[in-house]
Amino acid sequence: MTATQPTTGPGTETADQASVAGATPGGRAGGDLRETLYFALRNPKVLVGGVVVLGFLVLGLVGPGFLRYAPMDYAGPPMAPPSADFPLGTTTFGQDVFAQFVAGLRSTFLVGALGAAVAGVIGMTIGFVAGYRGGLIDELLNMLTNVVLVIPGFVVLVIINAYLGVRSVPMQALYIGVFSWPWVARAVRSQTLSLRSRDFIDLARLSGVGVSTILRREVAPNMYSYLFMTFVLLFGGSILTAASLDFIGLGPTNAMSLGLMMNQAVQWSALHLGLWWWFVPPGLGITLVVGSLYIMNVGLDEVFNPKLRET
Amino acid sequence: MRGYLARKTLVYGLTFVAAVTLNWLIPRLMPGDPVQRMVARAAVQHPETIASMAAYYERTFGLDLPVWQQYLNYWAALFRGDLGTSVWLFPTPVSQVVLEAVPYTLGIMIPAIVLSFVVGNTVGAMAARSRWLDNVALPVGYLITAMPYMWLAILLAWGLGVALGWFPVAGGYDFGLVPQWSWTFVADLLHHWVLPFLSLFLVALGGWAIGMRNLIIYELESDYANYLSALGAPRRLVRRYAFRNAMLPQITGLALQLGTVLGGALVTEIVFGYPGLGKLVLSAIQNQDFFLLQGTLLFVVIGVLVANFVIDIVYVLVDPRTRTGLTGATA
Repeated sequence: MTATQPTTGPGTETADQASVAGATPGGRAGGDLRETLYFALRNPKVLVGGVVVLGFLVLGLVGPGFLRYAPMDYAGPPMAPPSADFPLGTTTFGQDVFAQFVAGLRSTFLVGALGAAVAGVIGMTIGFVAGYRGGLIDELLNMLTNVVLVIPGFVVLVIINAYLGVRSVPMQALYIGVFSWPWVARAVRSQTLSLRSRDFIDLARLSGVGVSTILRREVAPNMYSYLFMTFVLLFGGSILTAASLDFIGLGPTNAMSLGLMMNQAVQWSALHLGLWWWFVPPGLGITLVVGSLYIMNVGLDEVFNPKLRET
Repeated sequence: MRGYLARKTLVYGLTFVAAVTLNWLIPRLMPGDPVQRMVARAAVQHPETIASMAAYYERTFGLDLPVWQQYLNYWAALFRGDLGTSVWLFPTPVSQVVLEAVPYTLGIMIPAIVLSFVVGNTVGAMAARSRWLDNVALPVGYLITAMPYMWLAILLAWGLGVALGWFPVAGGYDFGLVPQWSWTFVADLLHHWVLPFLSLFLVALGGWAIGMRNLIIYELESDYANYLSALGAPRRLVRRYAFRNAMLPQITGLALQLGTVLGGALVTEIVFGYPGLGKLVLSAIQNQDFFLLQGTLLFVVIGVLVANFVIDIVYVLVDPRTRTGLTGATA
């Protein structure tokens, strides 16, 4: 669906086998976590990406508390360029662009986190079960995955939003998540398949624990790093999808979002009036947040996969 | 090979049924009544006129039948190529409206997809070769992949269109011209085509480059590459084998990316007021013309499925393992 499959997908999929090569029973211990942090904090890609994302997150979280105007207030003179009073200028109606931007960041992070959580949970569940159980269940789940994978999710989202009137950010995130899990399921399934035949899994099975416990305690910990990176990619994908929907005018009506800002800017011909401060910041914000997430992911790959670390 | 194609056909068949069913079902879950809305728009006061108008619309759109029959009728109409009647452009059939818009969308999408795939893969393969290019190409690639499609479109429209005035920023051709096969018209058509094409091309480019770079690096670490180098094969030859192996996941990726690029094409068209499917979707939403919206989107779904199938056939031609029945592709 729109930008929901991260374009880095093909690459990560083939690297699957490599990343589970050192699988151990019970997964990472505490010492490993410290080691991971040690390398993460020394990786420039993780650091730069993380700082940018955190910076925007903090701005979105605490920013609205310090603003004098609400996003939709008619705060000042119309079409004013950036100034001390209005750091990002005002719209044709005299609304404070900076106030809108900060409020929009909030919805952006919300839709990213919720959408990624929904897609991640569905994708992992289906992937784990299909890969571990095998047989008919695998066939059926695999078929389901392939069907949802081929359906252009964005199109279905447009229909759902247009008809059912999805008017809040969490609802929007829920629907985005429901259509962006298939590639997660595929990747998790293939990794689970390769883990299934390991000795420690057999041992766990012999000791009589249930399937869900094995998946949770033995299989998943070996994939934590991979799952974390998947979450980061889903996060970015959800943000982009939501921005497109908002831009078409199918976004939430009770909240401000970065896509909605661009929608309004185009609708009220900001382009022809040259009000660049109205349409540049929202897109730039999305690009920086999502781009930093992607770059952070490359860094995380190096952190988790010692083979890729530069010496 | 037959097993591979049969499996794929089954998946696409199921997908098609699922998409059509969703398309039929979702509108019926909607609060509100389209017939009432259409009658209300006519703004007549006379109750008998209202009743007969409502009855007429119910019959026209087949809403007075039992639900299962509506579902079957929907399928029957679909196979006749009948996607219903547009409310916005009443009484033009939806299929006609859609067919008029399709060439514009395909006209920007196909060149953008093909060129970005070729250029992106080439750049990616080159980037994996040199550290210097890699350090530039990688961050730039990630940033343009992270760009929302409409934002790049807006920037191009503003920069190259409004500020510099090199390209027109609205419509598929000059409003003073009549569509015909003349040099002036074709030149004008191309002039309007450049910016929507360029913005779609650029956003898609980054992803291919990054994917190819990662795959080449991965392939170069593999056993066959090491073995070849150990035999003393020239670097160029090893690279070429790596490239050919790396192309396979990229082709699969192309099929998966179609939906994404399509969503991008829709919003790009909206920015430029380009008279393709994206603009139809927008008009349909703004005018509450749900028949048009559904018809357009169903058409899009069918297009994506057909394109996927074509890519699968290409895959069979490119990857010998699918021909001999080994599991080359993840079906």
